[in-house]
Amino acid sequence: MAVDYTTQTTGGIGDAVLRKEDRKFVTGEGRYVDDLKLPGMLHAAFVRSSFGHARITSIDATAALALPGVHAVLTHATLPVETGVLSASNPGGDVRHPEQAILAKEFARYVGEPVAMVIADDRYLARDGADLVHVEYDPLPVVVDAEQALEPGAPLVHAEYDSNLVKTLEHVTDGFDDAMAKASKVIKLRVDNQRLTPSAMETRGCIGDWQEATGEVTLYTSTQVAHFVRTFVSIVCGTSEAKVRVVTPDVGGGFGAKLNTYREEFAVCAASHVVGRPVKWIEDRTEAGVATIHGRAQVQYYEAGVTDEGRIVALKFDAVQNNGAYNMLLTPSISHLTLFMVPGLYDIQDISIRIRQTFTNTTPTDAYRGAGRPEATHGIERLMDAIADDLGIDAVEIRRRNFIQPDQFPYSSATGLVYDSGEYEMNLDKALELSDYAGFAARRAESEANGKYRGIGLSTYVEVCGLAPSAVTAALGIGAPGWEHSTVRLHPTGKATVITGTSPHGQGHATSWSQITQTELGIPFEDVEVIHGDTAFQPYGLGTYGSRSLAVGGIALYRSLGKVREKARELAAHLLECSMDDLEWTGSSWQVKGSPDRAKTIQELAYAGWTSASLPEGLEPVLEATTFHDPPNFTFPSGTHVCEVEIDPDTGRVEVLNYTAVDDCGNVINPLIVDGQVHGGVIQGLGQALFEETVYSEDGQMLTPTLVEYLVPSAADVPPMTLARTVTPSPSNPLGVKGIGEAGTIGASAAIVNAAVDALSGLGVRHIEMPMQPARIWNVIQEATS
Amino acid sequence: MTMGQTITVTVNGTVHTAEVEHRTLLVHFLREQLNMTGTHIGCDTSTCGCCTVHLDGDAVLSCSTLAVQCDGREVRTVEGLQAADGSLHPIQQAFHENHGLQCGFCTPGMMMAALGIIEQQPNATDDEIRAALEGNLCRCTGYQNIVASIRAAADQMARS
Repeated sequence: MAVDYTTQTTGGIGDAVLRKEDRKFVTGEGRYVDDLKLPGMLHAAFVRSSFGHARITSIDATAALALPGVHAVLTHATLPVETGVLSASNPGGDVRHPEQAILAKEFARYVGEPVAMVIADDRYLARDGADLVHVEYDPLPVVVDAEQALEPGAPLVHAEYDSNLVKTLEHVTDGFDDAMAKASKVIKLRVDNQRLTPSAMETRGCIGDWQEATGEVTLYTSTQVAHFVRTFVSIVCGTSEAKVRVVTPDVGGGFGAKLNTYREEFAVCAASHVVGRPVKWIEDRTEAGVATIHGRAQVQYYEAGVTDEGRIVALKFDAVQNNGAYNMLLTPSISHLTLFMVPGLYDIQDISIRIRQTFTNTTPTDAYRGAGRPEATHGIERLMDAIADDLGIDAVEIRRRNFIQPDQFPYSSATGLVYDSGEYEMNLDKALELSDYAGFAARRAESEANGKYRGIGLSTYVEVCGLAPSAVTAALGIGAPGWEHSTVRLHPTGKATVITGTSPHGQGHATSWSQITQTELGIPFEDVEVIHGDTAFQPYGLGTYGSRSLAVGGIALYRSLGKVREKARELAAHLLECSMDDLEWTGSSWQVKGSPDRAKTIQELAYAGWTSASLPEGLEPVLEATTFHDPPNFTFPSGTHVCEVEIDPDTGRVEVLNYTAVDDCGNVINPLIVDGQVHGGVIQGLGQALFEETVYSEDGQMLTPTLVEYLVPSAADVPPMTLARTVTPSPSNPLGVKGIGEAGTIGASAAIVNAAVDALSGLGVRHIEMPMQPARIWNVIQEATS
Repeated sequence: MTMGQTITVTVNGTVHTAEVEHRTLLVHFLREQLNMTGTHIGCDTSTCGCCTVHLDGDAVLSCSTLAVQCDGREVRTVEGLQAADGSLHPIQQAFHENHGLQCGFCTPGMMMAALGIIEQQPNATDDEIRAALEGNLCRCTGYQNIVASIRAAADQMARS
C-alpha cells in the first residue's frame, strides 16, 4: 500500500516534511567511509582464525613481506596497543571479563578472530598479502551451543575460568513461590530465539590517521557511537583522549552492530602509527559475518502459573544467553534488557527470572535492533498464545484479561521499571479493526478451498526505550551515562547550527531536529544545519541506539532551544525598553503584548546578540546554548501487530499475506520518518521469523557468512502493510515522545509465528521455532500428519 | 601493478582511457580510479545489488563485471542521472518524495535497478516490481516506500 502524505509540509513538529538528507544520497554524493581517500593512504587486510578454538603456534609472514606493495605485516607482538577489556558493561560487578588482544595473542577463540594485519598499497595487494601469511594452529576442543557450554566437562573457552559461565542475572519477587503454588495450572514453553547477523548494507570500515609530529589521531569510522570509540581508542592506543578525533561520515545502517568499539578501529590507528601513513580497512561481507557482532542467541524456558480464567499469577523465566567468545561493549547488559521486559505489558506481579550468560567459541553477541527486548516480547507473546490454546480462551481475550490497565500508570513492574503511559487495549482494538480480525474465518475458508493453511496472529508489546537515566545505567553496572548533548548556535545572518550528540545512520535527524528548531525557535526548517558524528565539534555525545535519539537527544535540543529563546527574550526586552514580563512569544519573535509593531524577530535578535552593541547588563554576547539532558525515566512505546499467513503444505513455504501495525510512540515529529522506521523494523522482525539464522557447525565453522547463505528479506518476500498510530504522550519529557526505531522489530516476529502456529493448529501444532524456513515447516506438517 | 591493459570506457557520457589490472572489477575502477564513489559495494557475492550500474543500457552488477569487459562500452552510474541543470531524474525525485531511502547506501543501486525495471516493464504491477527487485537488498525501508517510489517514477516517466 502506497503511503499517502498529503498533510501540510511547513516544516514544523508533526509535519510529514520530506528529508533534507536525501539529495546527497540520491545523487551519489553521500560520503561513506570507503568513499574517503587521504593522501598516502595504505590499505589493510586481516588474517583471521579459521579455527573455532586453537593455540597459535607460529605466524610466518615471509612470503607476504616479499610481495611488492606490501608494507608491513603486524601481529600481537608488533602492533603497539594495550590488551584489555573492551566492554563497558558489568551488571552486578562480578561479570567475567576476559581481555581481548587486538590481534590474537596465543589463542584464537572463534572463527574470524583477527590474528594478523597486512598493510599494502591497495586493497587487492593487502588481500594477496593476507593470503600469503602462514599461521600454524594447534586445534583445541570447541563448544558453540550455549546450553552445552554450561554442562560439566564442556570445553573451556577461557582456560583461566573454571566454567563458561559469564554471569547469572537473577530477579525473584518475594511472593513468587506462594503465587505459583496457588496457580490452578502451570503452562510451559521452550523458545529458541536464534542467533542473527545484523547485516547493515554498508559493512564496517575505518581509516586511522596518526600524525607523528603532534600525536594527534583521527579515526574515520562507520559507527553509531563516535565518542565511545574515541575513549576506547585513547585507552587501547595509549594516547590522550584529547588528541583523538573520531569522525563519523555517512553511515549505511547500523542496527546495533555499529554500537560498539571494534578491534579493527584500534588496529588501523596503531598501524598508522607504525607505518607513518593513513591506513584504511573496509570489511568485506564474508568478514562481516564473523567479525561484526551477532544478535539474539537466547534459549528460554517459560513456566506460567495461571488461573482457570487465564490470569497469569506467577511467571518463571529461565534462559541461557550465548555471549560468544568475549564480552563486547554492552554484551552482558543485553540480556539484562530481556530481564526487564519479561512480563511484557501484562500485570504480572510475581516473577522468577534467571538468565545464565555463557562463553562459546563463536563471534560475540551484542545489541541488534531491539537488543534483548525482542527476545522478551517474542517469548511472552508465544506464551500467551500457548496459554490461550491450553485453556481454550481466544488469543485476544487472554491478552485483555492480563493487560496493565490505563488507570494503573505510572505502573511499577515486577522487574523494577516504572512504565510511563499507555493504553494497550486501544492499540489492540484499532489493530483488530484495521485487520478485519472478525472477518478472518471467511478468508481462512477461502485458503482452505485452495489447499492452503491460513492463520492469523497477533503480538502486543511494550518496550523500554530512551536509554537511559544515568543513575540507572550506573546501577545496572554500565560504565557509561545515558544523557545526551545539544548545542544551538544562531549566526548573525539568522541561520542556526544545531550540534547533536546523537549519531544518525538513516533515521533522518537533520530533518527532525530542523523541525523541532523551526517550531520552538521560529528559524525556518531550511535555515537549520545539523552537525553530528564528529567529536571535534561536540563536547560529548552518547550516540544513537536504544530508540534514544529523540527521547533523549531531541529533548536536549528542545531545552537548548528554550534557553536561546529566553536569552533572546532578555535581549528583546532590553532593545524594546520593556520588562521581560511584557513580552509574548509569537512563534518567531518576541513582541510587546498586544503591540505587533513593537517586536524583534529571532533573526534580528541573533544579529543584535552577535554585534553586542547594546546588551543588557550581565548578558553574554551571541545567542547560543548548550544542554546536557539526563532523562528522568525511560520511555515505554507499545503497540499491537496483526498479520495473516498462508502455508503451502506441499512446499512448507510461509507467505505473509498482510500486516497491520498499530504503534504508540507518543507524539510524532515527522510521520513520514516514523512510518519508515516501522516499515523497516517490521521487515527485520519478519526476517527473523521466516529466514534469518546464523549457523555454526559443531566444530565452530561459520556456515552462513554471506548474504547467499544468510537470507535477509527481499522486496518479493514482504507483504503490503497497514500502519496506524495511537498516542499516549510520555509524561517523562516535554515533547511527549517515546521512540520508534526498534518497535517494528520487537512486535513482528511473534505476530508472524503466532499466525503460522494458528494456521497449523488444526493439525495439532502448538509451537514452531524460528526461522520458519520451508524445510522446517514441511517437517512440522509431516510430523503432525503422520 | 600486475598484468594490465589500457581500456577506454564511456562513463555518463565522458570518455575515460585508463590502465587497469585484468582483475580490477568495474566497481573498483569506478570508485578507485575514476573517484566516482556513488556506486557502492554491499556483499561481494552478487546478492545485494548495491553496485548496480548500466552497461550499454542493461542493469548489471559492477562487482561481478571486470573493468576490461567494459572496454569500448558505455557505463551509466548514479552520478549520471541528474540533468545538466542539476534537476533530479524522475527516479531520484520519486525516491525523495516517497521516503524511499533511509541510510542511502543501497539507494544508488536500487535506483539503477529500478530504472532497468521501468524500461523493461513500464506498466509493472506492484507485485511485478517486487519480484523484479529481488536482487536488490535494503535493510532499512522494508521496501514499502521503495516500491511506491518506483511506481511513482514509472507513472511520471510514462507521462513525460
